[in-house]
Amino acid sequence: MTVTNESPAARQALNRRGGNAVGDRLFSWWTLGTGLLVLAILGLILITTVREAWPAFDAMGLRFLTERIWDPNPAAGDAIFGALSFAYGTAISSLIALLFAVPVSVGIALFLTELAPRRLRGAAVTVIDLLAAVPSVVFGLWGILVVAPALVPVYQWMHDVLGGVPVLGRLFGPVGSGRNFMTAGLILAIMVTPIITSITREVFSTVPRADKDAALALGATRWEMIRGAVFPHSFGGVVGAVMLGLGRAMGETIAVALVIGGATNITANLFAPGNSMAAVIVQQFGESTGTFTAALIGLGVVLFAMTVLINVFAQMVVRRAEARMKGSVA
Amino acid sequence: MHPDREAYLVNRNVLSRRLLAGVALAALALTGCGSNDNGKEPGASGGDSAYANLSGELKASGASFPDAYYQEVVEAFKGEASGVTVTYNATGSGTGKKQFGEGLVDFAGTDSLVKESDGVAVGSFLYIPTVAAPITVSYNLQGVDKLQLSPETLAKIFQTDIKTWNDEAIKADNPGVELPDTPIVVAHRSDGSGTTSNFTKYLEAASGGAWKLGSGDTVAWPASTQGGEKNTGVAQIVQQTSGAVGYVDLSDAKATGLKFAAIKNKDGQFVEPTLDGTTAGLEGAEIADDLSYNPLNAAGATSYPITAPTFIIVKTSYSDAAKAELVKGFLTYLLNDGQDLAKEIDFAPLPASLKEKALAQVDKIQS
Repeated sequence: MTVTNESPAARQALNRRGGNAVGDRLFSWWTLGTGLLVLAILGLILITTVREAWPAFDAMGLRFLTERIWDPNPAAGDAIFGALSFAYGTAISSLIALLFAVPVSVGIALFLTELAPRRLRGAAVTVIDLLAAVPSVVFGLWGILVVAPALVPVYQWMHDVLGGVPVLGRLFGPVGSGRNFMTAGLILAIMVTPIITSITREVFSTVPRADKDAALALGATRWEMIRGAVFPHSFGGVVGAVMLGLGRAMGETIAVALVIGGATNITANLFAPGNSMAAVIVQQFGESTGTFTAALIGLGVVLFAMTVLINVFAQMVVRRAEARMKGSVA
Repeated sequence: MHPDREAYLVNRNVLSRRLLAGVALAALALTGCGSNDNGKEPGASGGDSAYANLSGELKASGASFPDAYYQEVVEAFKGEASGVTVTYNATGSGTGKKQFGEGLVDFAGTDSLVKESDGVAVGSFLYIPTVAAPITVSYNLQGVDKLQLSPETLAKIFQTDIKTWNDEAIKADNPGVELPDTPIVVAHRSDGSGTTSNFTKYLEAASGGAWKLGSGDTVAWPASTQGGEKNTGVAQIVQQTSGAVGYVDLSDAKATGLKFAAIKNKDGQFVEPTLDGTTAGLEGAEIADDLSYNPLNAAGATSYPITAPTFIIVKTSYSDAAKAELVKGFLTYLLNDGQDLAKEIDFAPLPASLKEKALAQVDKIQS
């Protein structure tokens, strides 16, 4: 499907210059304009949110990032707004989500591109895409009504078996109501799987036939072919897919708000309730005023910054890895 | 990642909120229908009512706590005044007051009094008390069907000073009751809420200094507690978790089939949350000149002490005379016929004395 060399017809068309100069110029302005528009919107979002959040940043200073207490109505003294507990909750729930979703998604994508019979492919893709169309509030309600209660015995069992192990046991502490980091992570994993799957599938299907055939001709098994030809070619795309999934997981609001447990908490125990930044914003915004509102918008700014930082980091990883892995392929 | 990801996120958040609100509304609509069946037939009195000549549109938003009641009244009012459309949007008290201050709505519902930071100018509005409802302390404890709690014990339970159900303090409140050693799981609201505000204010006022977490729409609960979305969310945690205890409004506690504790009132009596106990609490409350009142921990032997009041705030004067008439008409209906609807959906009507004062307040609205 990919056109690697210009065909004679295309070359001829490209050489026919001057015939449609106005169209070309319009097209270039249009694309430049839309590109800049996105940047402008992003910039404006950043400027307005920072300005709106300023009273909270001003009152808390750097403590906004390092403080774990979130107390809008303290018994005495000024309100305390610390984003750390919620940033922790966002990070942990998203990490758990990726931990479960990435292997599953890559597996599904490989199965669909390399192994599945052609007839099955279409149906499987439709089903996975349907999963992406389920509204997040449905996942959230399913989470609190079905998943959380059903998982309590499982968590209890894991706590009984693994809780005594040194270091590792701290992850599997006492179980409360089943609304916790783990449940939130699992629900998020289900929610991001379709995104990661469909993009990795697209990426895998762009691996040139010739590369794969060459690997097989050299006597590689199917797994060796996948490892040697498919993975190096598609590493950047897969990381991109994972980042998109991570973005969705970090920004997910309602589903997380419903299942994460709603506690201001930093703990290694995955079975303890916590809260995430997006969830706190949606839960508390309606009844907030003044600095409290500013602090909630501040959480949005922190979330924004975290997403940008992670993306920049991911791009660095991809660039470095591609230079190494693709060296022989390209 | 795509740079438009952020814009998408912002949209999603709004969308998700709307969805949740939609689900909540749908749920309310369902309960509304249920109680309507055995209730008054809206529109039974036909077109010859005092409100028949009114027409126009009223927009309101605010507290979600009395939402079920307001929707019921709005529905019944439609039968009396077919030319009037009233919409009440359960956005939460804070948002309601904000929108009222900005002139986006004609009146607002609020569980809390107006503060300086709410954006509503002092002297530009009137409080109209509408209904009240008890906040239950619901619990899930196998084998214990009757539980009595004093305010000090309640405060210690909710700030996790007391960790198991067989604690000495709980035993002292419940002589002769066999209490298991189940750990206590405290459930609270994760969203900012007038219910939280009233509950914590009660603990602050009644616990004799035992309550240390302050009061407000959102308080800093201990890390080991559980948060649930809205009353239904808290009710679910209590229902699903053995050993759980949480504060839930009466209608949701009943709908979920929860057991609730009797609370020791100011006169030293343990009183169960009932509507009569709530109305008794309103009678025992001191009412200020502007009709703001606080029925929490009210005097009276039969008063249930954790009672949440709710108000509608209206403008002292509306620039549009027709609008003023509409507001007056709707509120007069709410305070007269509307009060009869309250009990069916577990809200306590105002006692006669307060109702008269509220009606007099409605008459003060000018145009």
